[in-house]
Amino acid sequence: MCGDGAEMVILPPFPTLQNVGLSGVLVTFSNQLTEPANRAALAFRACVDAAEIHGVLETSTSLTSSFIRYDVALIDSATLKKHLSNLLTHQNWGVADLPPQRRLWRIPAAFGGVNGPQLDEAAQLAGLTSAQAVAMIAATPVRVMTIGFAPGQPYLGVLPDKWDIPRQSHLTKSVPEGALVTAIRQLIVFTAATPTGWRHIAQTAFRGFRPESSMPFAFRPGDELQFVPIDAAQLDEIRARDTSGNGGAEIEQMA
Amino acid sequence: MSRALRIHRAGPSLTVQDFGRIGFLEFGLSCGGAADPLALTEGAALLGQGLEHAALEMAGFGGEFEATGEMRIALTGAPMVARLDDAPLLWNASHRLQAGQRLSIGAPQAGMYGYLSIGGGIDFAPFLGSRSTHLAGGIGQTLKGGDSLTAGHDAAPDNFGNYLSPSDRFSGGNIRILPSAQTDLFSAEELARFTATTFTRGARGNRQGVALEFDGCPFAAAEQLFLLSEIMVVGDIQMTGEGAPFILLPECQTTGGYPRIGTVVPDDLPRMAQAAPGTVLKFDFVTREVALKAHVNHAQSYRALMGKIAPLIRDPHDIRDLLSYQLISGVTAGSENHDT
Repeated sequence: MCGDGAEMVILPPFPTLQNVGLSGVLVTFSNQLTEPANRAALAFRACVDAAEIHGVLETSTSLTSSFIRYDVALIDSATLKKHLSNLLTHQNWGVADLPPQRRLWRIPAAFGGVNGPQLDEAAQLAGLTSAQAVAMIAATPVRVMTIGFAPGQPYLGVLPDKWDIPRQSHLTKSVPEGALVTAIRQLIVFTAATPTGWRHIAQTAFRGFRPESSMPFAFRPGDELQFVPIDAAQLDEIRARDTSGNGGAEIEQMA
Repeated sequence: MSRALRIHRAGPSLTVQDFGRIGFLEFGLSCGGAADPLALTEGAALLGQGLEHAALEMAGFGGEFEATGEMRIALTGAPMVARLDDAPLLWNASHRLQAGQRLSIGAPQAGMYGYLSIGGGIDFAPFLGSRSTHLAGGIGQTLKGGDSLTAGHDAAPDNFGNYLSPSDRFSGGNIRILPSAQTDLFSAEELARFTATTFTRGARGNRQGVALEFDGCPFAAAEQLFLLSEIMVVGDIQMTGEGAPFILLPECQTTGGYPRIGTVVPDDLPRMAQAAPGTVLKFDFVTREVALKAHVNHAQSYRALMGKIAPLIRDPHDIRDLLSYQLISGVTAGSENHDT
């Protein structure tokens, strides 16, 4: 993980509490993606769940925020915010323990060429050769920092500073399911073919969303992923062999 | 014997919808559910049944249906031309279908989404606690000719012939919005220009959201391309890379990187979803206090609607003639026939 020493604390004015729509509160730990801010979001959300506040309907996390959705007929915004402010004082959320039962997924990925048509462009923006870019990504285990945009789709990070490259201002019309894409120090494995502003650098055979299954979501927030470079022929071989949706991945329980 | 609604011909976007799935935001699955939840509530009130049942949502046009056994239906939402065999059927009302009767539902006369609710609901096993098709999320799919929907057990088969005066939400107008977590990324000038601008609902739109069109410069927030992806909720008004608003509807993504200028209040979402292409829309910021005071949740709405149910007609022999008269002449049933 990234985790620069200078980023170990949540800096003022954070955490902030803001209303989202009529029935949501967003607790934000940073406007920059840092390891402690993501850790804080995951850990604080678990804490809110454990507190079982009457009127809270569901919670989730985005990259650096915890989101709390509530029933306005059961609790008002001011009371909920008071509860949340109180919970926020309980510990230093930037160094809190991550949720338990995390898993490490090692997922084969074919980089460059037709499987990653924007690898060269992304590497150049990061100031790397394509070979260096692949080596750096393969050497960096990344956390499922949040799941979103589409069912089961993981936002992964944090990549080293060099990867702080913006999204494209235009959308690529469609990248396929299992595509590995990058922007702003993050990776995503797409769960469905989709238009995107992120750059397509590699292809996996992984399916993060399996609607035919009663538990259709492969990842949980907090899981870790590592990408194992393979060539195009190996990807085809995995596609033929592994019909589970795991795309040849190895799964390990983390301590 | 199980009763079913057989689909002979399906409109382009015929899906099963209830109020959606709660509790899967953490896995990136938005709530989904009916684009116009008020229409579901109206359907339940007309049939005198609870809010747990799923109904058919119809966009574009409805289709041709046949009842394989006697069943009750309610027609709500965007008014569409409906016929039972050769007789016109009144919208915003409940009716009985006899086995073998053909129901045809055409294009909306106004609005986007019409609803066909069935007495006893549509019976199949829920997935993650809901029967809603979530097209963007890959759950379920649009129904096609040849498909058949099993009706659930109907506890009140003789309760039909009810009418509800429709609330007009099919002609756009002023939409109330709340400030959201990213509203402050827009300058005061941009916010003022936004509320002063007259928008039209663009051609691009579906259950995920709708694009708006307008004359003028693109809207922009600070540092737009470097924004962290953040939670999105139904009703959020996202400013896309082109600087045009895109309003998020029930099948929206759960996170996104474009800034949100505000959020449509839940009570105006039916009006937003029912705006057909070309409909004129404006946005007014309201305070949280104002929005809360005006807010009516599904259960409250249901109770209020139950109090407004009126009998369609007292003499069943006149139903067909009367319905046809009402539909063709455009006289509203509520004012003419059953004021009490």
